[in-house]
Amino acid sequence: MNTPATEPMIKIEDVSKYYGSFRALDRVSLNVNSGEVLMIVGPSGSGKSTLLRCINHLEIPDEGRIVVDGITVNNNEAHINAVRAEVGMVFQRFELFPHLTVLENICLAQQKVRKRSRQESDQIAWQLLEKVGIPEQANKHPPQLSGGQQQRVAIARSLAMQPKVMLFDEPTSALDPEMIKEVLDVMLDLAREGMTMVVVSHEMGFARNAAHKVVFMDQGRVIEQGAPDTVFSNPQHERTKLFLSRILR
Amino acid sequence: MAVDQEQIITSKRDVVGRTNLKQFPWWFLIILAIAGYMTIRIIIDPLYQGIFNTILQGIGTTLYVTVISFVFALLLGLILGLGRVSTNPIWRNLSISYIEFIRGVPMLVLIFTISFAVVPMFARTFGLSNNSVSLTTRAIIALVLIYGAYIAEIFRAGIESIGRGQSEAARSLGMSRVQSMRYVILPQAIRNVMPALGNDLIALLKDTSLVSVLGVREMTQVARLSVSTSFRYEETYFILTLFYLTMTLVLSLLLQWLQRRVGAKG
Ligand SMILES: Nc1ncnc2c1ncn2[C@@H]1O[C@H](COP(=O)(O)OP(=O)(O)OP(=O)(O)O)[C@@H](O)[C@H]1O
Ligand SMILES: [Mg+2]
Repeated sequence: MNTPATEPMIKIEDVSKYYGSFRALDRVSLNVNSGEVLMIVGPSGSGKSTLLRCINHLEIPDEGRIVVDGITVNNNEAHINAVRAEVGMVFQRFELFPHLTVLENICLAQQKVRKRSRQESDQIAWQLLEKVGIPEQANKHPPQLSGGQQQRVAIARSLAMQPKVMLFDEPTSALDPEMIKEVLDVMLDLAREGMTMVVVSHEMGFARNAAHKVVFMDQGRVIEQGAPDTVFSNPQHERTKLFLSRILR
Repeated sequence: MAVDQEQIITSKRDVVGRTNLKQFPWWFLIILAIAGYMTIRIIIDPLYQGIFNTILQGIGTTLYVTVISFVFALLLGLILGLGRVSTNPIWRNLSISYIEFIRGVPMLVLIFTISFAVVPMFARTFGLSNNSVSLTTRAIIALVLIYGAYIAEIFRAGIESIGRGQSEAARSLGMSRVQSMRYVILPQAIRNVMPALGNDLIALLKDTSLVSVLGVREMTQVARLSVSTSFRYEETYFILTLFYLTMTLVLSLLLQWLQRRVGAKG
């Protein structure tokens, strides 16, 4: 699974995805290098979530190919599971397992997928809870936590698998404003530590502080990409300008 | 979820505490009064007492048939329910056709068909004589095959009640379909369908009376046999009714108590 330093961590080549005759992704090509933070912005329905979901094969692209860490994702179930374990995903609605405690949430996949012992997975879970700043919540159930705390647990749960890539699908858009910062801070730390990240979000502060590259999508296509400052302050395309004028205000 | 239930329960208590007469469960008092009257008759009237003791001889079989059938029906229901939502086309289609078949035929007809056609057919296939399978066993097999289909639909609904996001989260952590079902979806689904399963247990308890047609000596059959010699129709059938009523009420209270305990833990 090792790749030469020159190979991108994620290579998306000419990927298209159809729902019936509707084309949700239209020949998307993108590279994400190891340690890079890629931010995806775009209007609702532009295909951002679909693209993220294709990267860890929650959706299967109809055309094109996606290579993660040197492995081309194909349709073999065991193969897909192997790739998914290397790719963490954080959802808008957290999707913590409500019947398990916070600690059990972080340990489950470690034990069942990584085959770690209870003791080892517990230890890793405690470390990660320290890292995201909520060790005191370890034995509570998710519904007892605030949204911001739940999202931090979700991040810890993904990190416990020691993924090479983290995908974030609007991780702060279901949160009350006062909780957004605590989640963004955790993400910022991750970016500084050199995690490869693909983030769908309209948090401009995070884009300016952490993103190496911003991609603007519309109608399933990549319209424009570049450094955050360039794309935000000097957009080239009309549609990017229109979209930014709406969200930047 | 647990918190909500707690709140509902305490708010109900408040209402009773304020002795709101409209909210008081009068129905329960009425049933209790009828049951109490019958009980007193049984205690003071030797005729009633005799019939009571006769029917009591069938209660063991009724409970035995109910419990054994329910346990195996749960297993069959789980297998069929998982098949119902499976991506495996063979398993899924077999499950659906089985469930639809059972649900489309009256229970009494199924009890005859299974006991006197299906079971003998299988017995012959395995080289067993026709009456090597006891009638009680046939009754249990019939109830398991019937209730398995009903319970399968409960499990299916429970599994489908868990949002797609949960299995996607599990899958994105690298868990296989089976692991995601086993550790993430089913535990939540089962908790959600506990009340529905409880209802089916009560329904099954009542439906064991149907296997009296096979001559299985459960409460109804014992009552019928007794009536055929005593001709005490009124007394016998009223007491039989009281038996079922008491058992279903007790069971329903028991299930509610269990439900609350499980709910409080989660
Ligand atoms: N399972 C599906 N079946 C049919 N259409 C779908 C499905 N999933 C997504 N789509 C459609 O594909 C398009 C892209 O959806 P996607 O969720 O990727 O958009 P998005 O950019 O993430 O939007 P948002 O900002 O609202 O989350 C939308 O028009 C959506 O309606
Ligand atoms: Mg989306």
